Amino acid sequence: MEQQLKQLEQEALAKIEAALNLKELNEVRVAYLGKKGPITDLLKGMGKLSPEERPKMGALVNKVREHVTEQLEAKVAELEEQAVLEQLEKESIDVTLPGRPVRVGNRHPLTRVVEEIEDLFISMGYEVAEGPEVEKDYYNFEALNLPKGHPARDMQDTFYITEETLLRTHTSPVQARTMLEKKGEPLRIICPGKVFRRDSDDATHSHQFMQIEGLVVGENIRMSDLKGTLDKMAKKMFGSDREIRLRPSFFPFTEPSVEMDISCFKCGGSGCNVCKQTGWIEILGAGMVHPNVLEMGGYDSKKYSGFAFGMGVERIAMLKYGVEDIRHFYTNDNRFISQFQRTEG
Amino acid sequence: MLVSLNWLKQYVNIDGIEPTELAEKITRSGIEVDAVIDRSQGMTNVVVGHVVSKEKHPDADKLNVCQVEVGEGDVRQIICGAPNVAAGQKVIVALPGARLPGGVKIKKAKMRGVESNGMICSLQELGVEGRTVPKAYADGIYVLPEDAVPGSDALELVGLRDIVLELGLTPNRSDALSMLGVAYEVAAILSEEVKLPEINYPTSAENAENYIKVSTEASDLNPLYAAKVIKNVKIAESPLWLQHHLMAAGIRPHNNVVDITNFILMEYGQPLHAFDYNSLKTNEIVVRLANEGEKIVTLDDQERTLNSHNLVITNGVEPVAVAGVMGGANSEVTSETTTVVIEAAYFDGFSVRRTSKELGLRSDSSARFEKGVDPNRVLLAAERAAQLLSELAGGEVLQGTVLVDELDKTPTRVVVSPDFVNARLGMKISLEDMLAILHRLQFDVEAANGLLIIDAPTRRQDIKIEEDIVEEIARLYGYDEIPMTLPEGNASVGGLTPYQEKRRVVRNVMEGAGLLQAVTYSLTSDELSQKFALKVEDTTKLLMPMSEERTTLRQSLIPHLIEAASYNVARKADSVALYEVGSVFLGKTEEELPYEEEHLAIVLTGKWIDNAWQGEKRPVDFYVAKGIVEALFEKLGLTDQVSFEKALVDGLHPGQTANVLLDGEKVGIIGGLHPSERKKVDLKETFVAELNLFAILNASTNALVYTPVPRFPEITRDIALELDRTKPAGEIESIIRKAGTKLLKQVKVFDVYEGEKMEAGKKSVAFTLTYFDPERTLTDEEVTSAHNKVLKALAEAGAEER
Repeated sequence: MEQQLKQLEQEALAKIEAALNLKELNEVRVAYLGKKGPITDLLKGMGKLSPEERPKMGALVNKVREHVTEQLEAKVAELEEQAVLEQLEKESIDVTLPGRPVRVGNRHPLTRVVEEIEDLFISMGYEVAEGPEVEKDYYNFEALNLPKGHPARDMQDTFYITEETLLRTHTSPVQARTMLEKKGEPLRIICPGKVFRRDSDDATHSHQFMQIEGLVVGENIRMSDLKGTLDKMAKKMFGSDREIRLRPSFFPFTEPSVEMDISCFKCGGSGCNVCKQTGWIEILGAGMVHPNVLEMGGYDSKKYSGFAFGMGVERIAMLKYGVEDIRHFYTNDNRFISQFQRTEG
Repeated sequence: MLVSLNWLKQYVNIDGIEPTELAEKITRSGIEVDAVIDRSQGMTNVVVGHVVSKEKHPDADKLNVCQVEVGEGDVRQIICGAPNVAAGQKVIVALPGARLPGGVKIKKAKMRGVESNGMICSLQELGVEGRTVPKAYADGIYVLPEDAVPGSDALELVGLRDIVLELGLTPNRSDALSMLGVAYEVAAILSEEVKLPEINYPTSAENAENYIKVSTEASDLNPLYAAKVIKNVKIAESPLWLQHHLMAAGIRPHNNVVDITNFILMEYGQPLHAFDYNSLKTNEIVVRLANEGEKIVTLDDQERTLNSHNLVITNGVEPVAVAGVMGGANSEVTSETTTVVIEAAYFDGFSVRRTSKELGLRSDSSARFEKGVDPNRVLLAAERAAQLLSELAGGEVLQGTVLVDELDKTPTRVVVSPDFVNARLGMKISLEDMLAILHRLQFDVEAANGLLIIDAPTRRQDIKIEEDIVEEIARLYGYDEIPMTLPEGNASVGGLTPYQEKRRVVRNVMEGAGLLQAVTYSLTSDELSQKFALKVEDTTKLLMPMSEERTTLRQSLIPHLIEAASYNVARKADSVALYEVGSVFLGKTEEELPYEEEHLAIVLTGKWIDNAWQGEKRPVDFYVAKGIVEALFEKLGLTDQVSFEKALVDGLHPGQTANVLLDGEKVGIIGGLHPSERKKVDLKETFVAELNLFAILNASTNALVYTPVPRFPEITRDIALELDRTKPAGEIESIIRKAGTKLLKQVKVFDVYEGEKMEAGKKSVAFTLTYFDPERTLTDEEVTSAHNKVLKALAEAGAEER
């Protein structure tokens, strides 16, 4: 009987070893360890043994049974692992192929510049003020110290709708309107918007373009405040190592009036084609609000003072991004706009 | 304004300062120097030559073989093609090795077999602008005076050893439209003195009053009119120095009389006019407004028709000049002239500006009157003219000046406190420094009781108020000295308005959906102005458009977006997805301005899904556009208030167009571009949408309060319905929603089928209904009971379950 048991064990272990898959292994399990299998039969036949032999034989049968079961489970684990490996192999892909495209849109570069400037000034306590593109002559010119017949007001440059209405030539009428709305309260505003001039469209002119202007009115607003504010903006827009300089200029709505240059961001000031060898790039016009403008805006010019500045958004974008032709901003070519997708810095 | 430094240094010492440095100083303190022009342009080897002989070239009709002496005993053979070359002339010769402007290099050469050792030059060949070259030499070589020394530097002789500063003047600085004005500015910058021209001349025994009478009938527009009479003038070419000064200033020399008036125009900034005394005929000058329709032939030989508000100079009978703008041909100084009348006057700037604009005639003279000339230089200029006519034209100046003069010549007084100046600037400039600056500017200043009492010279018409003094002090003290500070006090909380914030959300949603932002023009053609408009109202048109394409303000953003799509497709873009946020212009408000309404529009064409290697490609369709619009409403919290209805819009596909309704009001459209429209712009399936952002972003929404995350399960039931093909699924959905009890949480279309398995004219639409109670788990019976109500309502509406 012991002999028989050993043989069965050998047979079972050989079949386990030879099994190629889980199904064959299961057949082995059923065949040797099942209720109708030979080992069970052997256990059943133990009744015929003497009481001394029974426990000895029982232990032997259990040992064989355990050994076979152990081997069987080991083989199952091995086969299962193999199956997983096969599946993984089958499922492996070429990770270098491109991913499923996700459409990503982006803002127009002019909006990008405007929002960047808006956000800077919002952080300094400014509100964003807007106004109509079609304006009264009064707000566009007269309220800004440009009475009818003023030499600085050239009808050639303005699109008139009627004698009294026109397409605004700058965003300054928003300043005039906002001052009146504030009814003498101090204000800090930034005014972005579309403006129009009678120009033929070419590489450097556009009959429609964008401006962004700022206005601060309060008690004791000084020219040094203007300079400090512009310096913050220049550094934000063109890099923290930019320097600014002010040059005297003239605008009817400010006195004193200045133009602001920044040190060239390309050459740093040593002279290059961007700054036309001067080391400086003209960026914007600014000044202290003319007392006439304050008075027309409802402020006592003896008590209040203010500063204002304004710049062409296209010019800023052209300088910042190296765009050579202003018409790119208005042809809406995918290949142009989509370049302004990514973040900087 | 072109400022020759050779000329300028007659009035102010600029020795020892480099022109570029001077230019920088001028720019930094107030007047922008646009360019520093070296008139010699690096030319070398350009000398005076004496044409010893001239012979015809043996083989070329138009060429001459000249023997030219270019130094003592140095005679060279030079071929010259100029028609005016002649033996005996002193000319300008560029010797071999010379470099001329434009990269021209002079070499020894053979011309048609004859050797040529240099070039006889015209002024243009030396880089002088053709329009400033005297007419006699405009089409040939320039001939020098007889006393020119062969071999000497010709550039010096013709005034090209000079630097010119080109000033970009702002309208307020009309004082710098004269050499003296620039001299005052430069003197202030360099702390130098101004040397004024000394005026003295001999006068004749005769009295000017016996020759001419002057009167004005419009003293408001002409408060000062002065005439001087100069006899026995010999019309000739001006001396070289005078011609060169004028050419450097961009003015063409004519003859000595005209040149002298132009010289003084540049020197004093005071326009003068010279009349031929005999041509005036009447011995009288009357300034008056023109008669309506009155005609005059001006010096440029154009007949001008005048309005009754144009000021004219007449001889008492007919106009002889348009005041301040241009003289008349009938009284022009000619080579026959012997007696001239010099006019020095003050004309109202506004009047001159209006007249010159109406006549389309801008002159150096009108440019100065427009901005206001110095009242105190009018008579001085007349005296200066008399002096120069005496010195340079052999004239005999008659005694006295005939004039009418009601002009106020008192300077403007400005009183300002030094504290005010410093407060405005945020600086601490001392009183001494302020006074020093004002003295440098030659402002008459007195410090008293802590105030500066300033009489600004009348040449500085721009100085009127305290702030002007602030600027004068600051610009000469130096803007670099202003410290940098930020505004103090009343700091407000900045930020965007809710509307502005939502507008940024709109941009984010559009870009998240994969659209690029476009910016197109507000002006469009008459034809496109109302196309696709949500609301058609009166249009706003330009008074004087520049082109037919830009005459009218738009009422829809769609046409220009379609143009942009077409532009991209023509450049091989296989997909275009653009959005724009911009205003449309509708009718008129109480302010007489159009009502400006902000809209959002999108255009989609080409492939929407393009996953090339996986073979997934799908063109855009209506539902892509609608999905983007729905996503926007979702983001704005307005989904429940929005509905869509089938619509017809001109230019859009009649079967693929919807109105977008917000609380039942139309706020937008979505649609496919009509095939015939697509054909016009060469586009495949194209979808557009336009929404009234004003209405949408101003719609109020409830505060955001969270709903608990469901703790109990949701139960779904599906329904498949057989419907007429044309039955909108949206209608069925409304029936379901209405009939569903409060347990019905969601209704979703999950299948639409038309085809073989359906009867002709029918379609199947399948919905998933989700039931849910936030308080407990629903029983099957409760769901069935609710669901049966839906089925009943559908059956009543004739929607049969399949």
